[in-house]
Amino acid sequence: MSNLFIMNATKEQVSFSKAEIERYSRHLIIPDFNIEGQRRLKAGKVLVVGGGGLGSPMLQYLAAAGVGTIGIVDYDTVDDTNLQRQVLYGKESVGKLKVEEAKKRITSLNPHIEVKTYNTMLTSDNALDIIKDYDIVADGTDNFPTRYLVNDACVLLGKVNVYASIFRFEGQVSVFNYLKEDGSRGPNYRDLFPTPPPPGLVPSCAEGGVIGVLPGIIGSMQALEVIKVLSGVGDPLVGRLFLYDALSFEMRTLKVHADKSNPLTGENPTQTELIDYVQFCGAPQVEGERDVEAESAPVKKISVSELHKLQEEGADVQVIDVREPYEYEIVNIGAELIPLGEITEHQERISPNKQVVIHCRSGVRSAKAIRALQDKFGFENLYNLEGGILAYAKEIDNSLPTY
Amino acid sequence: MAKLLIPTPLRKFTENQASLEVEAGNVEGSIQELATRFPEVKRHILDQDGKIRTFVRLYVGDEDINALNGPETAVEAGSVISIIPAIAGGSN
Repeated sequence: MSNLFIMNATKEQVSFSKAEIERYSRHLIIPDFNIEGQRRLKAGKVLVVGGGGLGSPMLQYLAAAGVGTIGIVDYDTVDDTNLQRQVLYGKESVGKLKVEEAKKRITSLNPHIEVKTYNTMLTSDNALDIIKDYDIVADGTDNFPTRYLVNDACVLLGKVNVYASIFRFEGQVSVFNYLKEDGSRGPNYRDLFPTPPPPGLVPSCAEGGVIGVLPGIIGSMQALEVIKVLSGVGDPLVGRLFLYDALSFEMRTLKVHADKSNPLTGENPTQTELIDYVQFCGAPQVEGERDVEAESAPVKKISVSELHKLQEEGADVQVIDVREPYEYEIVNIGAELIPLGEITEHQERISPNKQVVIHCRSGVRSAKAIRALQDKFGFENLYNLEGGILAYAKEIDNSLPTY
Repeated sequence: MAKLLIPTPLRKFTENQASLEVEAGNVEGSIQELATRFPEVKRHILDQDGKIRTFVRLYVGDEDINALNGPETAVEAGSVISIIPAIAGGSN
């Protein structure tokens, strides 16, 4: 068994009570795992970043398996839309802090482990301080800035980064910065993707959706890799990227190589500390490509309460919804449906003189629609509903569901 | 003919098509074929100078084309070309 960071998990330092021996007996009787693997799990310290879709199965399996110290980082509270996939939480958790609810659940699952909580967003200011006490970081976050932050902090501190990511029906898993027997490190996230996509190109789960079972599958695989790295059993996904497509049920494992130009671990490293990851992930990726949104002409706005007032007064206002038909079916406010992709083909349906309010889910797509209509046809009577139907549901009509 | 696999985030530019049969003899030609068929997808894979973007990787079989012959990496009948995008979901 190769295991370089828990060499000290000797019989003298890690022992088990009768209750623990019985609890872990199905591990102890696996010849290649046995009590030595279990000792290494108990001596192990794992930080799970993100108590969400991936964190839910991970935290439960790591706790059940007997990982001795588990840290949980999350700044959020549980909400109703989480429950479709975040099976760590129940209806009674809604509105409460994720870290506290997660701790409650996994401590009940296994009282023999220590659970530490960090009710904060992981940032460049606190990441090194939080991560330094752990052996492995399991990255289950939902955004590029935190992904690069976790990667860089793990490289700088010499920690293994067990990575997983999901989108709609697709999942990715890999083990980054693994300490190999020859003392060298396996590839890291920046070897695979040197820079993130520009903001808005890849939608988040909140915008793009995710099938509920997928984080269960991928987060379980992530937990498995954490357990393999800790126990030293098997061949972890080092220098390899596992891909799963739930729609076709196809799985592939691709090779990942070290990149000579990696700013942290390449031939000429230029980065020796953490950087501003929000800026790193928000800046245009290619010189000459401008942030179109920021530079475009401003769009006239209207608040949901102003719209509501106009409706109550019976004012002659046209309201257009530029979301997709399947979103309209979830919830609508009786507006005319013209999806963003078709809006410029249907300009004849939009009044050229009366006040026209355009809305979408949160206000981004409707702003795009207005810009397109203004640029192409010179409309001057279009107003973007601030906060979209989400704001309308929250502030005006509580009976409308949000999604 | 080689098979080009299109990842989920790019399928909105390919009329939801998950793969494409391509006739070209190398990776570069295969991407060009994809771009001819679905022009919008091109800028998500290649930058203005025609280089592969740094948040996308191209593979033939299980090997990164950078470890093979780059964009000129040959493909033949039965080859599988994959476009691997960075995705970040997991928590939210």
